[in-house]
Parts: sequence; structure tokens; C-alpha cells
Amino acid sequence: MSELTIEQPDFARERAMLEKTWGKNRGLLGWLSETGHKPIGLRYIVTAFVFFGLGGLEAALMRLQLSRPDNHLLNPDLYNQIFTVHGTTMMFLFAVPMMLGMGIYFVPLMVGTRNVPFPKLNAYGYFVYVVGGIFLYVMLFLGAAPDAGWFSYVPLSGPTFDPGKRADTWAQMITFTEFSGLIVAVEIVVCVFKQRAPGMSLNRIPLFVWSMVMVSFMVIFAMPAVMLDSTYLIFDRTFSMHFYNRAEGGDPIFFQHIFWFFGHPEVYIIFIPGLGFMSSIITAFTQRKIFGYTAIVCTLVTTAFMGFSVWVHHMFATGIPQLGSSFFTAASLMITVPTGVQIFCWIATIWTGRLRIATPMLFAFGFFITFIIGGLTGVQLGSVPIDWQVHDTFFVVAHLHYVLIGGAVFPLFGAFHFWFPKWTGRMYSEALGKLSFWLLLIGFNVTFFPMHILGLHGMPRRIYTYGAETGWGPLNALASMGAVLITLSILTMLINFAAHRRRGALAGPNPWNADTLEWSVSSPPPAYNFLHLPTVAGPNAVWDAAPDQPYVTGMRFDKRELLVTKTLDAEPDHKHEIPGHSLAPFLLTLTSTLGLIGSIFYGWWFTVGMIISAVVLVYWFWPNREEVREHLARDRGIVVAEEAR
Amino acid sequence: MRIQSALDPAGPQAAHIAHLFWTFTWICVGVYVVTLLFVLVATIKGRRNAEPDLTKEHTLGIGVSAAAGVTVVILFVLLVASVATGSAVGTFGESDPRQLEVAVTGHQWWWEVKYPDALNPSATVTDANEIHIPIHTKVLLRIQTADVIHSLWIPNLHGKRDLIPGRVNKIWVEADQPGVFRAQCAEFCGLQHAHMALVVFAHTAEDFAQWKASASQGAVTPTTPSALRGQQVFLGAPCAKCHNIVGVDAYGTIGPDLTHLASRKTLGAGTLINNRGNLGGWISNAPALKPGVLMPPNAMSASELQDLLAYLETLK
Repeated sequence: MSELTIEQPDFARERAMLEKTWGKNRGLLGWLSETGHKPIGLRYIVTAFVFFGLGGLEAALMRLQLSRPDNHLLNPDLYNQIFTVHGTTMMFLFAVPMMLGMGIYFVPLMVGTRNVPFPKLNAYGYFVYVVGGIFLYVMLFLGAAPDAGWFSYVPLSGPTFDPGKRADTWAQMITFTEFSGLIVAVEIVVCVFKQRAPGMSLNRIPLFVWSMVMVSFMVIFAMPAVMLDSTYLIFDRTFSMHFYNRAEGGDPIFFQHIFWFFGHPEVYIIFIPGLGFMSSIITAFTQRKIFGYTAIVCTLVTTAFMGFSVWVHHMFATGIPQLGSSFFTAASLMITVPTGVQIFCWIATIWTGRLRIATPMLFAFGFFITFIIGGLTGVQLGSVPIDWQVHDTFFVVAHLHYVLIGGAVFPLFGAFHFWFPKWTGRMYSEALGKLSFWLLLIGFNVTFFPMHILGLHGMPRRIYTYGAETGWGPLNALASMGAVLITLSILTMLINFAAHRRRGALAGPNPWNADTLEWSVSSPPPAYNFLHLPTVAGPNAVWDAAPDQPYVTGMRFDKRELLVTKTLDAEPDHKHEIPGHSLAPFLLTLTSTLGLIGSIFYGWWFTVGMIISAVVLVYWFWPNREEVREHLARDRGIVVAEEAR
Repeated sequence: MRIQSALDPAGPQAAHIAHLFWTFTWICVGVYVVTLLFVLVATIKGRRNAEPDLTKEHTLGIGVSAAAGVTVVILFVLLVASVATGSAVGTFGESDPRQLEVAVTGHQWWWEVKYPDALNPSATVTDANEIHIPIHTKVLLRIQTADVIHSLWIPNLHGKRDLIPGRVNKIWVEADQPGVFRAQCAEFCGLQHAHMALVVFAHTAEDFAQWKASASQGAVTPTTPSALRGQQVFLGAPCAKCHNIVGVDAYGTIGPDLTHLASRKTLGAGTLINNRGNLGGWISNAPALKPGVLMPPNAMSASELQDLLAYLETLK
């Protein structure tokens, strides 16, 4: 062949070194000591999906129970546990961890770095989340799961009306999952503000990353509220502190205010990542930069702020004075404006793009079809008088599923199909993908649309049965049939993924010709993400890259180094070494779990657990010999020469 | 007309809200259809574009801004409509001196209903799981709870209002026409939240006066031997520890007042139809019919039970 080809360096030696530095350790201990953002992100995603399945199973049981009047399949005690665990699972164990897991996996790739800033903490976050989830389900199988609703209102969940350990289980599960949520939020905020590839100034950050940043800030401000709420509840139950006891000067309404100060932003925490998926998918499938990038970023910020000013619309029926509730009505209506603007921008993008329709894009259309209904019923619920009628009825059940499934799950499933080639290196089957989409779209609407009517016809939420004279039987039967279609849709998707995970057509690095940096590396991405850290020349990093786009040199191959850049313009600042594999997060999980779960049964376990945890933390922070040597040398003003390689 | 439906208003309060609901709904349907039409047109256009078209950004900007502007205007109209209705409904009976007052107290899982009489306290009527109101009269419902949070919801007459420990909430209802409406607790309140219903009877003024007169009487003295024996069973068995019957030595306040038990439509707050068979079953083993209910099973001989039922059936 031609002898004139210029020899491209293949960097085989560097790749091998990076693989050795960043790669996995083998065996169970290797699995437990993993700190890479991709394995942990995938663990979040897979675990959250398992919880989605469990929550779905509970939903199926509820639909079976309600499918006909006076059904006695489930007794009231079991039904109450099941709907409580369904809500708790879907909110705390599926939706939030799933979205944060997607963030942990993709944010470092999209901003062009090698790992999250605090890898051990990240591993700890995952483990406590799993432990919290397992704890809840162990209690369910012991017949002692929480039964006062996912919102666990006092006094029903208080010491008088809920003796036993059920409400404690709920409250402590909150502690676990919120730990994990806060940890991921901190990782993402620091990662995005300090680790972006050179050139990725604030106005070039991909919209998915922006959405995760806003979600992380919301987590940081919202989650402490629910931790406070659940901790006060534990104090009331364990130490008779009377925060919520009216007879001792406490107030049960106080619980509701704090809960919804978290609870409403929670909805946005779940669905703003969905908006991020939408932007990613629409950009790739229209092959143009998104219309109104700046407007969309501003609306994300606005939504995140306004999400904190609408919580009282969950409490209109408690008897909030007219003027106060009008303010929250105004805020609740106004919050539709930013999301509306995003939808308009996407429509404009589709209008002028070169639209290609494949499964991810179909799911994006599913968002338009379903979420907008949920948004509009949300406007109705923002109105005080209408809310008085439909609050706590099946109308609200319909509304919230249109918002959460329409706004988060449709884009999420689109994202699964979109990034499946990146995760596995293989393509899924387009036919099965489309089948699962249509099954979900039809099944979802058949299940949840009738619930609007049921609510208006007087059916309250959270009732384990109803009499035939109410006339709610036929629509409930219809809703239960729709649930079968939803199940089929999810099974189709799983079969599609399982069948093509190893045997699908090869995908290559960028099958969709998409624009963000994760598509610039092989599929699946190597453990170190980038052979050379990239630089960025525009908001669509891959499309805007010049043929000779420079890359970052000078990063060590034999150490886990990150490039720290400046917050606004991502100019390189310094290198920072992060820890590698460690068993400390797993050990700390064991000891802190001992303290937190033990404290439910006997207060002193908390003290014991925290003392052992302190010992583990000493191990966690114990410096290695080389670090100490370099540190001492720096103190003495000696520059340590990098060893010759 | 459905008897438990927000879409079948039977009074001005519910009618106001239903009107607002339909206003919102039709506007929302319009917004939905227009938005999806835009998605459809965009899809058709996008499918035809051979290359992305980046030359129309300015026009698109105007379009998006216009759409946002229209959204804001629509929302403002809805806000004004909502606040106006909320204000009208919230202050409905505030300045009407002729209103009737009814005090409703929620219990796990039944409703205690009192008709206080300021001029003649001894004429105060205590009832359970049923509210009787005269039509064309503003009725003030003072609602409170004895235990956890409940929510009173009579959809044909008004939206719901929570019963919160330590607080008394107020709503006004009014019925346009005589009728029977079903109401139900709407805030999850524990094991038997599903079985916490009440029945609202809207009477003409004459019927209401008649009902009130009969309800303010004490219990009828039984005449048949069986009923007389039943009365002794009632007073001797644990029944009287929890239930009140005006006119005999039964002063319990834990359970519903039974002075006019036989005139009620349902048992166990809407769990069962009130007939002799169901009542016998309820007395023998209420927890089997409504798991979690505070009323314990009562063991008694068949003849005692028959006498007791004969007595209770006299309590019209």
C-alpha cells in the first residue's frame, strides 16, 4: 500500500498505563473498593431500576386490588404499607437516585474530566443509598414497613397513632437516601464548576449538565428540609420532644410546611434532568444546536428558584388564609412559564432541524404528549378553589403521574435508548424500541387518564377499597388493564437491552452524530475517559471541534490526576490528585448503618456506631507514604522530580 | 345526578368551583391542542429539511417570545378568575346572620355531628355520620378532629377542608335542592380511611324542622318485652361504656351517640347498610367487618343479641 501515510501515534503505552492507573480491581473486594464515576453511576442506574421494578410491582398489586369494588385481595394494613412503600420507593429509591446516577455517569464525561472530585465519598453515597433501600424492603417483608404515606404526616406517624417501628423506618430511610443525594449533588457541583475541559466556559456547558447543576443546587437546599423534618419526627417518637405535638405547643402543620418545602422542589429534582435528556436527544436528532441555549439555561435556573416558592399549593385544604394562598397560586401558575419557554424552544429546534425519528426521539414526543397534560392539570391544581375539590383525589394521582412519568420517565427511557450504544458499544433493536414506546404511550394513558375522571367523581386517594354504589368500578377496571400494557412495555425494553447488550450491531463511538464529549470516546468509554483531556471550542463540543483541536498534555499517566480549571472560563488552573480504590467507603457504610438503624431500636447504638465510624474515618483519611513525602518536600521548598518513565 | 361528584354541583359553592374548573379545563384543552399542533407541524417541517436551517433564528426568537407572552396573558386571566372565585367561595356566609351552625368532629374512623343550640343548650342534637341541612340556607360547618388529620369533603356541595389537631376550620355549604349526597374523608387517616364516609341530607325547610324536632327528643322508651330486655342488655353489657343514649343511663363518649341509631342509613361510617342483619353482625364482631375499628367483638347469647337488636331498632 501507500508508503506515504503519516504515522499516527497510537499511544498504546500511554493507554496501557492509564488503564493500569484507572482500571478496575478484580474480585469482590475490588468491586467493593471501586471509586470510578462510571461503575458507580451504572450501579446507581441499575439499582434504581431494580427499585423501579419493585415499586411497579407494588403499583400492580394496588391496581389489582382496586380493579373491582369491595375487593379483598389485600387487607387494609397491607394495602397501606404497599402504597406507602410504592410512593417512597418511586420518589426516594428510584427517581432521584436514577437521575443523580445518570448525572454521575455522564457529567464528568460531558465536561471532559476523568472522575468526580471526591471519589471515595461518591462510593459511600452509593452504598448508603443501597442500604437504605434494602432496609425499607426488609421491613416490608417483616410486615413492619411504614404505613402513613410517603409524606408520613403527623400525628398519624407520631408516637401516639403509630407505635412500633414503622414511622422510624420511614424517617431513617430518608436519612440514608438524603445522605446519598447530598453527596452526589456536591460531586456534580464541584465537578462542573472546577473540572471542565479548557475552553468550556459557562456558556458552553451542555444543557444536560446545566440541568444536573440546577438539580444539584436544589438538592442542596431542599434535602436538608426533609432531613430536618424526619429527624424532628424521630425526636418526637424516640425522645418525646413534642415538635409536632399540639398538646405540648408543637404543631402538626409545621411538619407539612417543612415537608413540602422539600416535597415540591423534589418534583423538579426529578423532572429537570428529564428536561436535560430532552435537550440532549433533540440536539442529536435534529443535528442542529439547540435554539435558545441561553433562554433554556435561564429557564432552568428560574425553575430551580421558583420550585421553592410553590409548596403551599399542597396545603390549600388545610385552611391557608386567602391572601397567602393567592400568592402561592400566582407562583404555581407562573412556574409553567419557564418550562413552557423550553418547550417552545424545542419546537423551534425541531422546526428548523434535520429531524430524524428513532426510538429516543419517539420518547421525546411522548414527553410532549403526556407531560403537557400534567403541566396543565398542574395549573388547575394551582387554583385554590379547584384544588379544594380535587386535592387528595385520584385527579391528583393522575396529575402527578402525568408529570413524573411524562416529564421524567419518558425522557429517561429515551435517554436509555439514546445512550445504550455508549454504555454497551452495541445498537438496540429499533423495532423493539418502537414497540416498547407505543406500548408505554398507550398503556400509560389508559391507566392514568381515567383517574382524572375518577377523582372528579369523588374517589379519594389512598383508599384500599370502595363500594359498588360509588360507580367507580368500570374506570378502575380500565386503569388496571392499562397497567398490563405498561408492564409489557417495560419487559419489551428489558428484552431489547438484554438481547443486544453483547450481540447488537457495533455502534462505534458516535452512532447518532451527537454533540457532547462522551461521544468523542470509544463505546463503552475507557476507565480513564479520555486519553488526552480535550479542549472545547463551542457549545456543541464535538461538532465545533476543529480538525486539529488541541488537547491537554502534561497529565500524568501513572497517577489519578484531574485538571482543575477556573469557574467561569475553564482556564487551566492546576492539577489535583484524587484517591483511587479504597475499601473505606464500604467500611464506613457498615459502621454508620449500624448506628443509624440500631438507633431505631435502642438509642445507644447511635453512639456506638458513630464511635466506630470515627475509627474508620481515621483509616479513610490516612495518607500514604508518597503523599507524606511529597508534602514534606514541598514544605521544605524542594520540588520533587517526577520519576523518569 | 351522581351523589358524590364535583361535577354535579347541588349548591352555589360547588357550582362556583365547577364553573371555574370548566373555564380552566377548556382553556387548558385549547393550549394543549395548539401546542401539539405546533409539535406536529414542526415534525413535518423537520422531516423535510435536508439540512438544519440556521438562518431563521431571529424569526424563531420572535415566535418563542410571542408564545411566552401569550402564556403569561392566559395565566394572568386564570389567576384573576381563580382568586375571584376563591374569595367568593371562602367568604360565602361570613356576613349572613341567619346561617345554621353544625359542628363536625372527625374520629378514627367516623364523624361526630352536633347541632348546637345557643338559646336552649339542652336541645343540642348529637348525631353521627350524617348531616342534615335545610335547603337555601347557608350552613356553617365548624370542623375539628379528635385524633389525626382528616378532611371533610362533600363534593356536590363544596371542596374539602382538613380537620387539624388543635384548630377549628370553617366552611359554608348550601344546597339548592333536596337530595342525599355522599361525603368521604379525603386525608389519609390510617387503617380504615376507606371507610370513613358520611351522608348529607338536604331537606326542605319543613322537613328539616320536622327532623330537628324529632332528633332533639330523647330516646323512645321501649314497649315490647323483647326491647325492654334488650335495653337491660345494652346497659349491662360494655355497650354503655362507649355509647351515649339520651334518656337512659348510657353516657359513653368514645363511640357514636346511638339515641337515633335506627334512623341512620349506614353503620360504621358508610361500611354497611343499616339493617337488622348487619347490625347484629356489627355488634357481634365489628373488627371482622371493619378491621382496626375500636369497637371490640361482643360475645352474647343469641337471645340476648336478638333482644338487643329489638331495642336498638326502636331508637328511631
